[in-house]
Amino acid sequence: MSVGIVGYGAFIPRRRIKLEEIAKVWGADAPSYRRGLQLNEKSIPGADEDTVTMSVEATRNALARSGGVDPIDIGALYIGSESHPYAVKPSGTIVAEAIGATPDIHIADFEFACKAGTEGMFVAQSLVKAGEVKYAVGIGADTSQGAPGDALEYSAAAGAAAFIFGDDDERVLAEVVDTYSWTTDTPDFWRREYMHYPRHGSRFTGEPAYFRTSMSSARGMMEKAGLEPKDFAHAIFHQPNGKFPMRVGKKLGFTQEQLETGWLSPWLGNTYSGASPIGFTAVLDISDPGDLILLTSFGSGAGSDSFVFRVTDRIEVVRDRASSTRSQLDENQIYVDYGTYAKLRGKIRMGE
Amino acid sequence: MRDVAVVGIGVGDFGELWEKSLRTIWAESALAALSDAGVDSVDLITIGCMSPGLFVGQEHLASLLADELGMAGVPASRVESACASGGLALRTGFAEIASGLSDTVLVTGVEKMTDVDGADATYALGSAADQEWEGFHGITFPGLYAMLARAHMEKYGTTAEQMAAVAVKNHANGLLNPHAQYHLKVTVEDVLESTMVADPLHLFDCSPVTDGAAAVVLTTVERAKALADDRPVVTITGSGLATDTIALANREDLTELAAVRLAAERAYEMAGRKPEDLHVVEVHDCFTIAEIMATEAIGLFDPGYGASAVDDGLTSLSGKIPVNPSGGLKSKGHPVGATGVAQVAEIVAQLRGEAEQRQVEGATVGLAQNMGGSGGTSTVHILEVMA
Amino acid sequence: MISPGRSWREFPQRYRLEAAKCTECEKVLYPPRVACPKCGGTTFEDITLPREGKVVTFTIVRVPPAGFTEQTPLPIAIVELIDGVRIMVQVGDLADPSELEIGMPVRLEFRRISSDGEAGLIFYGHKAVRG
Repeated sequence: MSVGIVGYGAFIPRRRIKLEEIAKVWGADAPSYRRGLQLNEKSIPGADEDTVTMSVEATRNALARSGGVDPIDIGALYIGSESHPYAVKPSGTIVAEAIGATPDIHIADFEFACKAGTEGMFVAQSLVKAGEVKYAVGIGADTSQGAPGDALEYSAAAGAAAFIFGDDDERVLAEVVDTYSWTTDTPDFWRREYMHYPRHGSRFTGEPAYFRTSMSSARGMMEKAGLEPKDFAHAIFHQPNGKFPMRVGKKLGFTQEQLETGWLSPWLGNTYSGASPIGFTAVLDISDPGDLILLTSFGSGAGSDSFVFRVTDRIEVVRDRASSTRSQLDENQIYVDYGTYAKLRGKIRMGE
Repeated sequence: MRDVAVVGIGVGDFGELWEKSLRTIWAESALAALSDAGVDSVDLITIGCMSPGLFVGQEHLASLLADELGMAGVPASRVESACASGGLALRTGFAEIASGLSDTVLVTGVEKMTDVDGADATYALGSAADQEWEGFHGITFPGLYAMLARAHMEKYGTTAEQMAAVAVKNHANGLLNPHAQYHLKVTVEDVLESTMVADPLHLFDCSPVTDGAAAVVLTTVERAKALADDRPVVTITGSGLATDTIALANREDLTELAAVRLAAERAYEMAGRKPEDLHVVEVHDCFTIAEIMATEAIGLFDPGYGASAVDDGLTSLSGKIPVNPSGGLKSKGHPVGATGVAQVAEIVAQLRGEAEQRQVEGATVGLAQNMGGSGGTSTVHILEVMA
Repeated sequence: MISPGRSWREFPQRYRLEAAKCTECEKVLYPPRVACPKCGGTTFEDITLPREGKVVTFTIVRVPPAGFTEQTPLPIAIVELIDGVRIMVQVGDLADPSELEIGMPVRLEFRRISSDGEAGLIFYGHKAVRG
């Protein structure tokens, strides 16, 4: 019995804003931002959506693909986010209550910038592997914000991905072959308590942070697992913009074809803790049995969690039991203007 | 059961009465009714008031207001059924005399709504709906009636213009009522161009927020004859009270006000009357659609024909069956707890021939219908000139 | 206005759409009650409501109650679920409120309904979205 994913699901809100809409307001040169960041538009949560609501629906999708896992049997649930609705009061308890997994369950909320989602996934699969629980859920979800007029405003987006880990052979659709994490203290991006928006170290966020960390993690993963880029069908990296994941992937030796299925940021934006996990769900939606997949997240601060998954035959039985990630990304979008966006994202000072 | 007569009426000005408190407006109309009746002591005071607690932070009105009139010691009770509180106060007084428990009752209704701001008034009014399963989702009062309107429009083809015609008629009548909150001529265009409050109801489809009080004095027929002088003696021949599911999601039929129909059936039965016998009617037009649906429910028109009846002028002051000669809640105002009592006062004035410019000629049989929430409660009273 | 205790008491209905089915006459009650309004029965079976249905009637609230200003205009509908139970819910994710019509198929999704200001509790429940 090997540990793996028995159910997966994503949730992407329907609202979008185009890069031009934002650039117009701040007098920025839209075409050069498009080229420089490789971003076109991003997802926005509605006034009624947050990390918790998206996580509930993503987990419901994961349960739909799990072939009848009873929520009562979930022994642990972790949500990683940098935009938990409460500073103190867990998100995980609300999600667990909504899916009917309480009270016999361990819950914790995780944070570590954009890698909080894969952290939850790492701990979830470890618990199942150790035999502590039968099923464990790891969720990455965010509705993070960028300061008005800041470069991050073009990319900060909303979305969630949920993974149920278990070890029952007949349910596992993607085995966890191995995991590896590479973490150092690297002050590239932060937000102090009580501050509304994060700050970042501009170009320091590139080479010393994102690239050094992601590459060390991916290389360390492949060395530990005795694998090379050519062994993988797909690779997914963290997606703070359109450019970085492609660049890091190619630097490591992956091809466009291996990278493009999980590469959603040009149309989705950066969903922070949801970013590489949601990219991973898009890959699972089309992967073939036997495929090896590398998932390498990145969280500022900084760290990177890598996983190697092997897809099983089961994927073909269950993948259509919930809506695909691409359909959520590409269909039924609602485009809004900057004023509506500012209203939805609480950027307008309201009356007391 | 003994027969019950109405011997005095007192209706104050309705409007934004900044300079008067709840006690003051109540006491003024109570004294006016007692004076009109020629009575200075009563066996019971009933008070219809929806929410003195939420509007002015005061409960225990029975004790407070009996004392205000210098009647501490007299039995008193406040009754509540949201906007049907006034009708319920009347029903309670009627039952006490009919059963022999009391001989003379001062029936009153009052609401002081302008001591809170709009948001708090909306919250207070919203408590007439199902707070947990309707209010929780952000619905407002106009929103509930808007849903009923939408269903009525879908089933019967009722139009926004027909609903607007109700407002036009009631404002025209209100111009003739000195106590009305609004003395304003309104056209169908005015209604349709006014701000949309909850689709399809515009601002002018909705009754206003109002301060006001009304009172009537009930007594036995013997006493009424003695007090009458040469005025006609008016009796309450029928009284009906009914409830319906409070939440719209649990209604059998969203196009019918079943509580109104049931209350009317009970009143007609007690009075030995039919809709065709009525000469003048006051119904609860908290929203224009409510008047249309209420006239159908009390049997004036078949279901689905309430709207065209307004179009055809059947319910205008000079029409076949005048509805809301007082101007209705729409132009007279809707001080929630007072409305049910004010409706009855209007019918009494009409039956006595004392309705001045609003007089419906030869009216001897009238009906007053009062309703709470989105139709969760209704009272119907039938009044007649005693032969 | 919704206390922590009251909001917690309502979680089974708000979060999981839990309802009660009368063992005597099979009427489904949402929310559950002490006595069946149809037959007066007092024993029930726990069930969960389906999440698919259609719009029976609706309105768009344009003058919102306190706490709902940011979500205005607020489309609210009575939805009849596929098992016949009717509930009142907001309708979310409409590109334009004019899209809303009687008969529109919907499904229920977990959403934020309101909150007690910026510092108070957040109240979650379900809204209808186009199905």
